[in-house]
Amino acid sequence: MLNKVNREIPDDILKEKNYKPFETTEIGNPETTYVAHQVKVSQGDNKLVESIPEVIEKTGLKNGMTISFHHHFREGDFVFNMVMQEIINEGFQDLTLAPSSLTNVMNDMVIKAIKAGTISHITSSGMRGTLGDFISHGGLKDPVVLRSHGNRARSIENGDIKIDVAFLGVPNADAVGNANAIHGDAVFGSMGYSLMDAKYADKVVLLTDTIMPYPNTPASIEQTQVDYVVKVPKVGDPDKIGSGATRFTKDPKELKIAEMVNQVITHSEYFKDGFSFQTGSGGAALAVSRYLRKSMIAKNIKASFALGGITKPTVDLLEEGLVNKILDVQDFDKGAAASMANNENQQEIDSSWYADPYNKGAAVNQLDVCILSALEIDTKFNVNVMTGSDGVLRGAIGGHQDAANAKLTIISAPLVRGRIATVVNDVTTVVTPGDSIDVLVTEVGIAINPKRKDLIAALKNVPGVPVYTIEELQKRAEAVVGKPEPLEFTDRPVALIEYRDGSLIDTVYQVKD
Amino acid sequence: MEIKHTALAGTLESSDIQFTLSKGTGVEINLDSQVEKQFGNQIRKVITDLLADYGIENVNVRAVDKGALDCTIKARLIAAIQRATDTQNQPNWEVLG
Repeated sequence: MLNKVNREIPDDILKEKNYKPFETTEIGNPETTYVAHQVKVSQGDNKLVESIPEVIEKTGLKNGMTISFHHHFREGDFVFNMVMQEIINEGFQDLTLAPSSLTNVMNDMVIKAIKAGTISHITSSGMRGTLGDFISHGGLKDPVVLRSHGNRARSIENGDIKIDVAFLGVPNADAVGNANAIHGDAVFGSMGYSLMDAKYADKVVLLTDTIMPYPNTPASIEQTQVDYVVKVPKVGDPDKIGSGATRFTKDPKELKIAEMVNQVITHSEYFKDGFSFQTGSGGAALAVSRYLRKSMIAKNIKASFALGGITKPTVDLLEEGLVNKILDVQDFDKGAAASMANNENQQEIDSSWYADPYNKGAAVNQLDVCILSALEIDTKFNVNVMTGSDGVLRGAIGGHQDAANAKLTIISAPLVRGRIATVVNDVTTVVTPGDSIDVLVTEVGIAINPKRKDLIAALKNVPGVPVYTIEELQKRAEAVVGKPEPLEFTDRPVALIEYRDGSLIDTVYQVKD
Repeated sequence: MEIKHTALAGTLESSDIQFTLSKGTGVEINLDSQVEKQFGNQIRKVITDLLADYGIENVNVRAVDKGALDCTIKARLIAAIQRATDTQNQPNWEVLG
């Protein structure tokens, strides 16, 4: 059947997997029940385990179970490959892999585990590179389930994802399981995503290269949650976790977009003392913070908080007194990770607090302004951040669907990338529905969602910010690159895109080669 | 027009296309494009049409495309044709116009 963003969702998938088709971005006030998890009572002694094989045995891992990991080490992760290799070696079969996301450094091991039959189901925020290619070519029988960070939190709470064993790499821990990510060699700052696993998994295993004296504080993961602690030689490569400090782009096109995004923000009603914002880590989105800083100083406006994945430029605003608080679920560079140890106003939050639609109020609901990127955006303002121009999985939902519920959601994207149009008639894959997108900013001008009459009025006469309809921007892009031939897919689904409430918003099919 | 020797134009930078033209029998196009799925046929049509405009009937075309626009493709191919046919100094104004 067709869902509300006009995507054909196969009836057998709705039935088999008990899905509802996507209806609305309004969450409302449904009642939900959180699942409980099993606790094997411990006095806290003897948690320290010598080796990965030994800890796998102690957790009671069995075929068919669900295992989880986090992706805070990003491209510097050693833990996933160490643990997964051992699980493959021991011949486990039919496991569900439920990490917070998958980074490139994990790709080959995941493919190996699928080929060995060790992994038969995957749920993730996204995937790219060789793994995205493998899955898009039908490498896994069961379609991958892709969820936003907020939706993963929701799914863990309500039992859609039931984690049997969580393997969580940490830069430090004491022998009883108190851990944080702000000290040690491989610091990554906020442990945001992994805090859900620590809270809800039946068995929680910490892997660290640095054992601290008891009690190890501040503790982000607490000893009450942890079953075992394993000492490993090295949890990650600090140089690959994040660059020193995310740099500002010098690309004139991105700078122009950033400048225009800033104009949109500062001419909206939300730009006033106490406003809040989230910027991503993309080139243009990041450069916005530089323009925003100037405008804030000029108008004597301070922000109440900055949210989301945090970079050093955001921390600089905090230290300058232009931002009162940072709510930090993840750090994109070393500068942001390191500052968490020193800034009490940089608050670590878990992914439920950050973005979960089914709790008693997440931080994204308090957000005024949000700047997001897009691989594609269509004339209905629907956004694709998942499949590339060849139809292959190469992205992640991340917090896109969640943060898009800000009062002013801005998509910053170039009109075209090389020969590929960003503004199109229909996106390949709908990830974030157009209903939650307010303004598109490109290097040639902006388009405002027609339902935001207030913004159309507020932004119609801003110098240097030409306003177009999104159809005009689409035609302009097509005039530059030409009309592409439609991508060809088989009828076999390889990935299911959930909306943040767990309904099905789109299906990704196997590519035809 | 005859291909006199192998000639090259263009680079492997993003949004560019690199052509290598060499002697051949009939028109043979070997295209390697990042946007093959969406624009492969369109790129081949631009190449075929332009070769026809120049009256080139025997050539091996090797094209490595990094997402070039049609205008870039034409410009690089014209440069390669002029180099391969030693006509840099006698541009074919009818085709160029």
